[in-house]
Amino acid sequence: MNFWNNPVQFISQWLTGVFAGWGMADWVASLLIQLIGVVVLASMMMVIDIFLVWVERKVVARFQDRLGPNRVGPFGLIQPFADIIKLLIKEDITPDGADRVVYNLAPIMSLMSVLLLWAIVPLAPVIFGVDLNVGALYIIAAGAIGTLSIIMAAWASNNKYALIGAFRQVAVLVSFEVPMIATLLIPTILARSMGMNDIVQAQDVWYILVVPLAAIIFMITAIAELGRTPFDLNEAESEIVAGFHIEYTGMKFGLFYAGELLHAFTFGGFWAILFLGGYRLFGLENLGPLVAAVILFAKALFGYWIIMWIKYTLLRIRIDHMLAFNWKFLTPLAFVLLMVVALMNAILPHNNMLVYVAGMLLSNILLGWIVIEILRVHSRRERERVEGKNQMIEVAHR
Amino acid sequence: MIPLSWYLILSAALFSIGLFGVLSRKNAVAILLGVELMLNAVNINLVSFWRYGDVSMMAGQVFAIIVFAVAAAEVAVGLALVISVYRRLDTVIADEIDMMKW
Amino acid sequence: MTLPQIFFLITAFVILGSALMVVTTRNLIHAALWLIVTLFGVAVLYALLNAGFLAVVQVVVYIGAIAILFIFAVMLTRKEMRDRGPQLNRGWWLSGVIAALTFGGLFWLLQAWSGFSKTAADFPSGFDAVGQLGNALVSPQAFVLPFEVASVLLLAALVGAVYVAFNRK
Repeated sequence: MNFWNNPVQFISQWLTGVFAGWGMADWVASLLIQLIGVVVLASMMMVIDIFLVWVERKVVARFQDRLGPNRVGPFGLIQPFADIIKLLIKEDITPDGADRVVYNLAPIMSLMSVLLLWAIVPLAPVIFGVDLNVGALYIIAAGAIGTLSIIMAAWASNNKYALIGAFRQVAVLVSFEVPMIATLLIPTILARSMGMNDIVQAQDVWYILVVPLAAIIFMITAIAELGRTPFDLNEAESEIVAGFHIEYTGMKFGLFYAGELLHAFTFGGFWAILFLGGYRLFGLENLGPLVAAVILFAKALFGYWIIMWIKYTLLRIRIDHMLAFNWKFLTPLAFVLLMVVALMNAILPHNNMLVYVAGMLLSNILLGWIVIEILRVHSRRERERVEGKNQMIEVAHR
Repeated sequence: MIPLSWYLILSAALFSIGLFGVLSRKNAVAILLGVELMLNAVNINLVSFWRYGDVSMMAGQVFAIIVFAVAAAEVAVGLALVISVYRRLDTVIADEIDMMKW
Repeated sequence: MTLPQIFFLITAFVILGSALMVVTTRNLIHAALWLIVTLFGVAVLYALLNAGFLAVVQVVVYIGAIAILFIFAVMLTRKEMRDRGPQLNRGWWLSGVIAALTFGGLFWLLQAWSGFSKTAADFPSGFDAVGQLGNALVSPQAFVLPFEVASVLLLAALVGAVYVAFNRK
């Protein structure tokens, strides 16, 4: 057993030896090692989270033709720590009418729901929290806890803006969960497993080349689940000030903010795992688990960058447009795509990789083209209807 | 190992607590909360019988899933009724909803 | 005491304690939040019973949908932010007696059964419970008909709920 081939198992065996040397019972030792694993994984993600603040600020600055933080430390790298100190020494306010326990629990649950997701992320073939055989559903389950934290925060703040924000967010989450589940099922069908590690292992060809439409739909639903622009109705600054976290100050707000950033990064990671081949990169992952982990983080950052790119490019969509977009467009499309993929998966030969991928890709492109044609016809009719009405109004004014 | 009796006693206790909630609560929403507890007690039983019997017979898990579906349907319709009643009568206290009584 | 037993006892304590809070607490939002704790405990029990799929579905369906629906229903059907007055009927002690009798009767019936304290056989290694469940749900020899009926029921409930709660102006 070599550290470079299997670091997690190496360390856990070493720790088992150490604990056995202290005369600890077997099950206590294994429990303790698992707890240490959880703590290490969670704190690693929080440390990465701190640097995500820097990444986000730097990238948004570039998108907006600014420089971004560059005063504290080289390239402003120490800036997040300055931010944390500022958040910590701010006054910690709990509103008068607030429900104290729930109010303080909500930010913790918000960050927890994101950290929970990392339990199933395979950083490398041998580095993962747990290889759950229902991993795809687990993503949705952790999202449910995030939704809950938003409702708790909004209700406990005893503030109307907060409640409006939470109502919007829940309406969005509940409706965008449907196409998300449908698109999560597509890699499941292709890989014949819901486990994240199996899905990565099955991607000899990245699934973004096999089912590009599914990758796009998953990205859209992920952004809606994150509550980022163009779907950031839950905090829409110009309408409801800050939405569900309007009453939070100091580090409690910091937890929501950190949770949001890490959530975006995490969904970038899941996008990479489901559609970009996870830790695989042309055989480079065979160099060692640590190299594989670096590859996964790079791909997750790429997904995160796309999410940021969309966030800082598009405008906020009105809520009825957004829900109509989901129920009238995205959900039917996701289900049609699911059926097409299942059908093609049954028809196409599995032994000939080229024919299989080409068939899948062609069916996806065809479906996308049909959808765009339908949209074009629909929008032309809509335009004619509106323009016709305008003409009538003009005639009446004359 | 955990004997089956522990699960059965737990589920019986949960069922009784749910029953108490259904019988004693005034608010119609709270009554539905009690019903949820009872359905969960049933589900614990179904799954533990699956685990402690022959695990290759999936009937226990399948019926647990059907209970999920029924619970979701029950909550959707039940809460829709409660909200509808609240709009018309301006109350959700079960005792005050007595239009059908004489 | 083995590790699973300790886990079970902690979980059972959490489930029963939070269930009691669900039926007795005054603030209905708190009751709904306590219900979530109970449901989470039940999900842990499913995981202890090697039914991982059901544990995740429990979180998705119950916590992600049903509990949130409850919170919304509570918010939509109250006139003040605080609940006033007793939340229990006048005859609540009678309900308590009935519940206690139910528990006693169930316990008495169960302990007379021969399989009451049997222990589980080891979970067969390599047994794919999720795959088996999926096969059982869609195979005509097994449960495809109940499964389809359940989906029709869900659709009917969906349409019914929209119809009942729709606010006609």
